[in-house]
Parts: sequence; structure tokens; C-alpha cells
Amino acid sequence: MEYEVTIGLEVHCEVSSATKMFSKGINGYNEIPNSNVNQVDLAFPGILPTVNEEALKKGIKMALALNCEVPDVLMFDRKNYYYPDLPKGFQITQSKKPIGTNGYINVYVGDKVKRIDIVDIHIEEDTASLDHYDTYSLINYNRAGVPLFETVTAPCMHSVDEAIAFLDALRKIFLYTGVSEARLDRGQMRCDVNVSIAPVGSNVLGTRVEIKNIPSFINVKGAIIAEIERQKEALKNGEEIYQETRRYDENDGKTYRMREKVDGVDYKYFTEPNIPPYRISNELIEEVRNTLPRLQFERIDEYVNKYEVSLVDAKSIVKEKSVADYYEEVIKLGVNPKIASNWMANTVLGYLNKEEKDINDIYLTPNMLAEIIEMVESNKISSKQGKDVFNKVLEENKEPKVIVDELGIKQIANEDELRVIVNEVLNENMNMVEQYKNGKNLFNFFVGQVMKKTSGQANPALANKIMKEEIDKRWK
Amino acid sequence: MLLEDMIKSNNNLVKESLEKANKYQEEYNSFVTIIDNANNDKDGMLKGIPYGIKDNFSTKGILSTASSNILKNYVPFFDATVYEKLNNAGAVCIGKTVLDELAMGGSGTTGHTGAVKNPWDKTRLIGGSSAGSASSVALGIVPFAIGSDTGDSVRKPAIYGGIVGYKPTYGLISRYGLFPFACSLDHVGIFTRSVKDVSIVLDTIKGYDEKDMTSLKVETPSFYENINSNVKGKKLFYIKELLDINNYKDDMDEELVSIFDNFKKSIELCKELGMEVSEVSIDKRLLEAVFPTYFAISCAEATSNNSNLTGIIFGPRGEGASIDEIMFDARTKGFSELIKRRFVLGSYILQKENQEKLFLNAGRIRRLIVDKFTELFKEYDALILPGSGSVAPTFKSEDIDKLSDRYLLLENHMAIGNFGGFPSISIPSGFVNNMPIGLSLTSGVLEDQKLLDIAYALEGKMEYKGQIAKGDN
Repeated sequence: MEYEVTIGLEVHCEVSSATKMFSKGINGYNEIPNSNVNQVDLAFPGILPTVNEEALKKGIKMALALNCEVPDVLMFDRKNYYYPDLPKGFQITQSKKPIGTNGYINVYVGDKVKRIDIVDIHIEEDTASLDHYDTYSLINYNRAGVPLFETVTAPCMHSVDEAIAFLDALRKIFLYTGVSEARLDRGQMRCDVNVSIAPVGSNVLGTRVEIKNIPSFINVKGAIIAEIERQKEALKNGEEIYQETRRYDENDGKTYRMREKVDGVDYKYFTEPNIPPYRISNELIEEVRNTLPRLQFERIDEYVNKYEVSLVDAKSIVKEKSVADYYEEVIKLGVNPKIASNWMANTVLGYLNKEEKDINDIYLTPNMLAEIIEMVESNKISSKQGKDVFNKVLEENKEPKVIVDELGIKQIANEDELRVIVNEVLNENMNMVEQYKNGKNLFNFFVGQVMKKTSGQANPALANKIMKEEIDKRWK
Repeated sequence: MLLEDMIKSNNNLVKESLEKANKYQEEYNSFVTIIDNANNDKDGMLKGIPYGIKDNFSTKGILSTASSNILKNYVPFFDATVYEKLNNAGAVCIGKTVLDELAMGGSGTTGHTGAVKNPWDKTRLIGGSSAGSASSVALGIVPFAIGSDTGDSVRKPAIYGGIVGYKPTYGLISRYGLFPFACSLDHVGIFTRSVKDVSIVLDTIKGYDEKDMTSLKVETPSFYENINSNVKGKKLFYIKELLDINNYKDDMDEELVSIFDNFKKSIELCKELGMEVSEVSIDKRLLEAVFPTYFAISCAEATSNNSNLTGIIFGPRGEGASIDEIMFDARTKGFSELIKRRFVLGSYILQKENQEKLFLNAGRIRRLIVDKFTELFKEYDALILPGSGSVAPTFKSEDIDKLSDRYLLLENHMAIGNFGGFPSISIPSGFVNNMPIGLSLTSGVLEDQKLLDIAYALEGKMEYKGQIAKGDN
């Protein structure tokens, strides 16, 4: 039987901020364990939460980026459960009025656009981190209270590729907006995956299974694939799929049952009484909206549809906001966007990847790149010379004009001048011309000789054209 | 001596206060900790004035137990805002006072160091939960003491102790550093022996605190400087159903008759001051709902608020093979049965299947009650009622019938002030069977000055200002 897969994601992302979500404690998870904690983070008796306004604004920013509705009143709720990673015995989160609801984003899955519906994004505080050893566990409270945003999608994805494309797009939004560093290597993004399968054409979803706390996209992929296979196998054998929570073991690529019934835990949610309802004014929303950068999808759309950039190039350029911003700077200087995109996707990104450098750290400014492209486009230098200049600029930290002068490169683009040289070459190689006439393909050899004579300064296209004309003359 | 007079005095008040504290400690058990080397170099309005503070306020370097075994060795490393402000004003904290365990209770008998006794009669309780703060003021050990009031935990023991007890508008005093019982109902409160003294302490500890988001960003002029006994034309009301003898048929006794007589006399005094007093009828079902509503909300919030007490980060570490067992053991040993009972109830009330019916409905009833009184406070300046339906009970009293009207109506109306965050004050108004009784006055939100004025004027018509229990009877 053919099955359709349905996937929903819950993505936790740690937010960059000076202080924690509800305390003045420093948000510095990676420093010496338990060095960034205060009485509020450790829930000593008598402490009270205070809302971090920077993080609140970032919450609004993300809600807007995900096209969500922002409520008019800010409210928080308590989620009650006992665990040593949760000093208060409850987590302050948002269940009744999340900072964003009913949103969506468009993402590219390959070359197709897919709309992903966002149920909500809410603000909460992270727990401490626990390391378990054989006979003891270590707790690091640096992470306790770090602002955390949880994004919940609708069950609207139907393949691993769609899920990964969404995660990648979401991560890019966190990076573009500066809300989070979203570093996967530091566990700043963690994911719960809900997977169900149902026979193709069925209008009822299958039983949902949740796989909790997956730290990397590769493991999300592994977990989904493993879980789909497990469920298919179970159905094939006539077994029932239970609503349960499972975990993914990356070592053997399988999922294992943690507990039955996803909704089995009663967190006894109720409104946090220590944070009075706070009005989110339209002015505040607009203030935040003005800080929202153009996001990845919007830029790809513009590059491809307005500038006729290839989808592949557009996707590589927008991978990092700084690269996309750089590209747009170059365009603003009057360079043809399509030509600029070739330079960006091939030459610039090629260099950055090879040298493992950040675009903000290189000597070559958008102005310089525009200058090099202009010289090539106006035939002042050949495109090969353009690449040489590009490399020299980066090697020697000198402006393109200086490099051009130093190398003494210019292009012979004068037809008469070139025609003289072409005829020189042909006259010097009469027997080769004979062979050419007898069918030996020596055309490129002749052009090569022209390039050699001019120390590479002949415009190759023009040299080709004139060579062809002169040979044709002699042919007759 | 009243606080106002002490401010002008040059005596070594702290030394005297400590002597009294130690002298009365064994008999009355006001304190968990007496700070024998108490001193404060800071200069301010309250320089050299001794005071006591309930042991559920965080005091840096000083044991803060909340009268519970689970915190019996807990020494905080940060100060409650109230304590910090009093320190900055030069006041000298001479002791941490006994409370009902974790401020849950109204008898003053459940603290881990034993029951607090009523200075007017040692066979009687002083009430709670701010029992030690009430007794230390009633005994004349200190001119004022700080308490916390979630249902009536300052105002009720003030009635039983023949002193003044006040809780302000919610948010006028920061709760930072007050161990929470039920945060939406918790207020910092003040005990003194005169209304004017309340205004002095209030001026010192009031104000917005960035550490408490529920504290109000309002500027209030000095309550002390503005206190005014001219209350002519002010309109008071009492609730008909609470004073209707027909509602107490089986429960009626001489004591209650005397309390009602005293109330009638007080009403006459109000009229003599030029105030109008009206009788207002309120749906009895709403009044009967005050206590169950209070209980549901407070237990629910309390069970969550006290979930930090697991012995993992602070407090006695439990034993066990797993983290769950360790926390379970610490909480099993750390709390008394009464507390566990409240936590179980609170947890039950918050459970998904009960929340709508118990917790959310309690919130809705709270809203109905608050709306009703907010509306009344638009028309009237204050609500006046008897402070209690009896004098302080004896330790041997049988359990009160908590479903009787006498209990539901007369012993629990003060929680209305907590529901709405209304300012509310208790003042002594006489004696029945040689035990003090008093009046409860409540006004609308942020009408603290008006409330203090009315209480101040009434106090002036009576002879109980500054009274101190003998202490050795």
C-alpha cells in the first residue's frame, strides 16, 4: 500500500540577548558552568520575574517575519512540572496568548515553492542543561532562563525534504533578523517532530507519534526516515500505531519509545500572576516592523523573477544575509543584476568558500567588485583578466585600478591593430595554414598565437572574429 | 511609646526592644530569630527605630525560614525590597517573626518553632499567619512590624491583638523578596499601634520597584504629612447580610451580640464625625463564595509557587536513588501535613479536568466580587465591618464549622480586599470578655489616603490608640 506522510514540527530556538528572559542574569550559556546565574535564575524564595524587553521585541520581530498575528496584550502562563533542570518547578511560557499566531512562510523545496503554516510562535525560558553520568548528573544553570522561542507548524509537510527545507528557512529567518545565532553545533535549535502516515487518498490523518528533542537537522532527517519506515513496517504487520513519545538514537538510526500518550502529562497551565497584562501598542509593532530586514524568500523571488538570475545562483547568494546585502549593494552601483549574480555565485562565493572567509572580512568592497565587472563588460580587460584582478585585489589588498596598472594589463580591442597581428601570425605559419586548408583543425592554435603575441591582451572574442575573417579571405 | 514619639526620642530604643523581645520570647514565641547584635548605621527618618519582620521576607545573611522545616537552615544572600528600604531609612530589624508555616493558616500555631500566644490571654491564639509580628507589636516589643496579608493575615491578627493592621492597594509596596504564598493575593502589610504610625512606615516602604512588575508606577504624596481627621461628609457602607442576626440563628451567642453592639457604637461615632453610614444589601451567595473562592485560588497558586522547594538548589537535600525520589523525600520531610493538604488540593484544582470548574470559576467569581465592590467604591468612600465574628479563640477551641454563616460571612470578608487589591485596615474598637475586638475598613484602589484618614478620625474618637497588652497576665 502507498502511504502519505504528514509531518509537523516544533522548533525551539535560543535567542541572543544581553540578559535572560525573566531576570537580569547574563545570557552566556557557553561560559564557565554555573557562572551566569543569579537568585532569580535559581528560584530562591521571594524572587519575581521581570520581562526582558529586548527579547520581547525580538519575539514580535519573529512573529512578524512569520506573518503571524500579534496579540494586543502580552500574557504569560506557567507550565508546572518537577525536574532539577527547572528551578522554579514551573516554566514561564505562553499558552493562551502566544506572541504570534496563524502565520505562514513560503519556502523553496528544490525548485518548487511550498507554503508552511505556522500555528504559533511563543516566548518562554530555557531550562538548565543536564549531563548524566553513570552514578551522578551535573547541572549547568547558565542556560536556565535563557530566552527561547518555540515555533509550532501545522501538520502540513509531506516529505523529509519539505521538513528540512522548512527548518533551513526558519533558521535563516532567525539569522537574517538577528534574533538568534541559531547555532546547531551549540544546540541552539532543537526540534520535536510529529510524524504520522495514512494510506494515500485517505482524508483522515494517521496516529501521531512525537519524536522529542532532536538537536540537528541531519538527525531530524534520520529520525523522520526511521519513523516512517517503522510505522510502515508496523502497519504491514497489522500492528497498531500508538500515540506516544519516542526518541531517536543516531547511533543505530532507530526510534525508541519514551512514554505513551503525547498528551499524557498534565502541566496544569495557568496565567502567570507576577506579570501583569502588558499592552502591545501598534506603535511598538510598527517600530519593530521597521527593523525587519527583507527575508530570504522575498529576495530569491526578486532575483529570479525580476533580475532573471538562475534559481541556483539566487539560492546561493541568499544563503547568508551579508552576501545577499553585498550583492544588492553591487546592483545599486548600476551593475547588471544577472551579470553581478554570476560573479557573486561563482567568483565571490567560490573564493569565500575556498578561503573559509566571511564576506564582511574581505578587502574587496562592493564598489571594487562593481569596478572590475565594469572593466570586463566595457571590454577594457578580458574576463580572464577580470578574474586575475579580482584575485590580486584580495591577495594584495590593493584597489582594482592599482592592480590593473601594476600588471600593465589592458585589452587590445582595436580592430585594425588586431588585424595586423592576425595577419602576422598567419604569415609566420604558412605551412600550418596549408594544413588547416587540408582539414586540420588549427583555428584555436592561430588564436592562441595572437594571444601570445599580445601577452594575452587581445580581446579574445574580437581576435576570434578577425581570425575567422582573415582565414576566410585566404581560403578564397 | 508610639513610633511617631520614638522618632523624636533619644533613648536607646533598640536595646530596650531587644530586652523585651528576649524577656517575652519563651512565653509568647513571637520570633524565630532575635537579632541580639542588631544595629544600623544608616541615617534616615526611622534612625534607631527597632522593628520586626515576618520570617517569610528575604533578609541577607539572616536566617529566613518561613516557619517551615524545609527552610529551617536557609540564609538568603539578597534582601527583600521592603527590608532594604527600612534599612536605608535607618530602622533596626531586631527579629524575624513567627508565622503559620509558609504563611498558610490563620491561627499562628503551625510554625516549625511552635505556636504564638496572644499577649492579652496566653490561653488564646493571636491569629495568623503574621502571628509573631502581631504579638511583638501588641506586647510593645517593637513600635511596628512587617507582615504579609494574603486573605487577612495582617488584619485579622491585628484585631485579635488589639492593634492596627493595614495592607495597602496591591502594588503600592513591592513584593520582591516576600516568599510567595498566592502572588495574585499577597500583599506586604504593616502592624502598628496607631494609624498615623502606619502612614510613617508606608511612606518608607511604598513605591515602584523594577524588580516587581506588579508594583505600581504611581507617585503618592506623603501619607504621613497628608493625614487628616476631617472626614465630614465621607460616605461609609456596611453589608446588611453580614450584620443580620437572622443569618446566625444557631450560632448566635453573647459574644457575637457584644461584637454587634460594639459595631453599632462605632457607627454612631462615624456619624458624630460627620460621616454618612448606609446599609447595602449584597447577594448572600456572593458573600458565601468569598472563602471557597479564596481557598481555591490560594491553594492553586501556592502549590505552584512552592514548587521551588525541592532541596536540590537550597534547603535540606532529600535521599533517594533517583532525582524524583530525592525531591519527593525532601518535600515529604520538609512540609507539615497541613501544607501537604493544601498542595494536594491546589494540584487537584489545577488539574486539566478540574481547572475549568474549580480554578477558572473561582477566578470568575473573584471578578464578580471585585466588580461589585469596585462599583460600590465609586459611590462610597469606605466599607466598614466588624473585624471578626469572635474574640481570639482559645487553643482548645473545637474546630470551627467552616460551612456556618458565622464563619463564611463574618470571618472571611477581609479576603475581598485581597481579591480586588483594595486598601484595607483593621483598628481596635473595644473589648469583649476582656479580649480586644476591632473594625475593618476598606476603600477603593489607590484610595489609601482616604482610608487612612477615616481610620485616623475614628481612632481619635476612641481610646485604644497605642494600647499595649500587659504581657504578664
